[in-house]
Amino acid sequence: MPAEIYLNVAVGGMLTGLVYGLMALGLSVIFGVVRIVNFAHGEMMTVAMYIAVVLFSAFKLDPLVMLAPIAAVLFVFGYAMQAGLINPFITRPEHSQFMLLIAVAMILVNTLLIVFGPDARSVQTSYSLDSFQIGPLIVDATKAYAGGAAIAFALALFAFFRFSLTGRAIRACADNYTGALVVGLDVKRLYALTFGLGSACVGAAGAMLVMLIDVTPQIGPGYTLLAFIIVITGGLGSMPGALLGGVLIGLTEALAGLFFTPSAKSMFAFALLVLVLLFRPQGILGKRLA
Amino acid sequence: MMGRLLDGVSKRVLIGLFTVFAALIIAPLFANDYLLTILILILYFAYTGQAWNIMMGFAGQLSLGHAIYVGLGAYTTAALYVHFGIGPWIGMAAAVAVAVVCGAIIGFLAFRFGVGGVYFAILTIAFAEFFRIGFDHFKWVGGSAGFFLPVANYASNDLWNLRGNPAMFYYVLLAMTSGAFILCHILLRSRMGYFWQAIREDEQAARALGIDTFRYKMYAVVISAGMTSISGVLFAFYYNNLFPEQIFHISRSIELILAPIIGGVGTLFGPIIGAFLLTGLAEALHEAMNALGFDAPGAKQVFYGICLLFVVMVLPDGVWPPLKKALRLNPHESDRGKS
Repeated sequence: MPAEIYLNVAVGGMLTGLVYGLMALGLSVIFGVVRIVNFAHGEMMTVAMYIAVVLFSAFKLDPLVMLAPIAAVLFVFGYAMQAGLINPFITRPEHSQFMLLIAVAMILVNTLLIVFGPDARSVQTSYSLDSFQIGPLIVDATKAYAGGAAIAFALALFAFFRFSLTGRAIRACADNYTGALVVGLDVKRLYALTFGLGSACVGAAGAMLVMLIDVTPQIGPGYTLLAFIIVITGGLGSMPGALLGGVLIGLTEALAGLFFTPSAKSMFAFALLVLVLLFRPQGILGKRLA
Repeated sequence: MMGRLLDGVSKRVLIGLFTVFAALIIAPLFANDYLLTILILILYFAYTGQAWNIMMGFAGQLSLGHAIYVGLGAYTTAALYVHFGIGPWIGMAAAVAVAVVCGAIIGFLAFRFGVGGVYFAILTIAFAEFFRIGFDHFKWVGGSAGFFLPVANYASNDLWNLRGNPAMFYYVLLAMTSGAFILCHILLRSRMGYFWQAIREDEQAARALGIDTFRYKMYAVVISAGMTSISGVLFAFYYNNLFPEQIFHISRSIELILAPIIGGVGTLFGPIIGAFLLTGLAEALHEAMNALGFDAPGAKQVFYGICLLFVVMVLPDGVWPPLKKALRLNPHESDRGKS
């Protein structure tokens, strides 16, 4: 095999990894602030993917254009879920929160199954077969657009948390819950906002991913796991870490698929997770928790 | 021995237990095949839930990958039976050994490196997924195409080789579930049981009091893993077919822990009550959907999910603690001293 193939696969894997990273960023933001592990993460992304499929097949709306509206829909969904369901569970033990989100995931997957059936759906845009040639490198156009959009979305989120007043208030809640209450922040509302923002990440990632892979109602749990792997590899609660972890996992999967059999590719992702958990439990860019 | 075992257990509880046990013993005489299958499923979940509960409910270590022990137990005995003709009871010893070693490795790695809480839970998922994909490519036991045991002759019961009709499996499972119940009762009131509960409530405080937390957490994982693998043995010989995609899958791990969580984590009766409620609910939904002629795939699971959601929201500690209060059973009896 010529060397360019490895390079092409590696770049493709890294671009897909950026989309994974954006999805995982949602999980990381939610865990970093609300301290809830969203076990329905992949299932929420599947919902976003189906919204994109419906918009495309019914109205010919390009998922890249619909990225922001789909993210907005998921934001509302996430906000409502935190405000209505999860807020009473913040102080409950982990297994109780886990049960709650597992129940939500079960309802989401099977509702999709009832509405859309078990068949795979996909979105074929006019540019799905296009590619860019940069020197010896051939880059899939869809992957390039998706990777670029993922970076743009992540940067917007960074900027929000860094510079806006609300973003800083959310960070204050994450750093010191009691302190945030004392200075009069409406923590419950900020939590709902955070869960909404995390869900918006998932929505945007889903809109892009639907152009790269086929969607069935059953793919949710696999992506929930993938998001865990990425976030723990990069560092739970670290925003750049999530993107870095995504790129690493995307690269690992792509190369493992090339060198070994594609069906074994996620085994390498899990192996990476086990190694990281054992030797650097806080993740590559994470800070050690007290 | 018997006296100590019953020490502090109120008469009402004993009478209740005895009635339920007697009902379960004579149940196969009245139940048809369909009902018997459901009872087998209930006992299977009750037993496995009890085993998981040792780790989570007693020692506070959340495992979300318990399917790994079921799968290892099932594959070990099945492989010994098919490839070497070694019977399930001897194979069971091997299965327990394999699961104990696997549990010890996971526990050792996690606890040595201070991995706890959510991180530990995700580590257990990762190991289970790793094994799932690994067994998909493990050709000696069939890989992803599945591994099959020679199908049983239902005409005669061969307890030694676990080949027989559902009633035989039912009684084996009933014995296992009762054994696990008594073992957990003893464990919970042993020195180790109190150490576990101390670790569950506050690990740092437990360590400050001189408890070797690493050692006792390891005991919890190892005992739980060994017990869980036995239900894998039964699974293999009852269903006669094993697929990595089914037995190691994350949804299987979740299924196993629903009963103890719904019933009440850390209680002795929780896993049993939870298993009855959840399996009963699933079957009732199935029947109701059939009766209404509403057979869209997934409809049953949506209702099941809604019921789960409702239970966790309304009963944070599970069904058993409030039920115990309602039945006015002695609050000092056997369960966690939370009430």
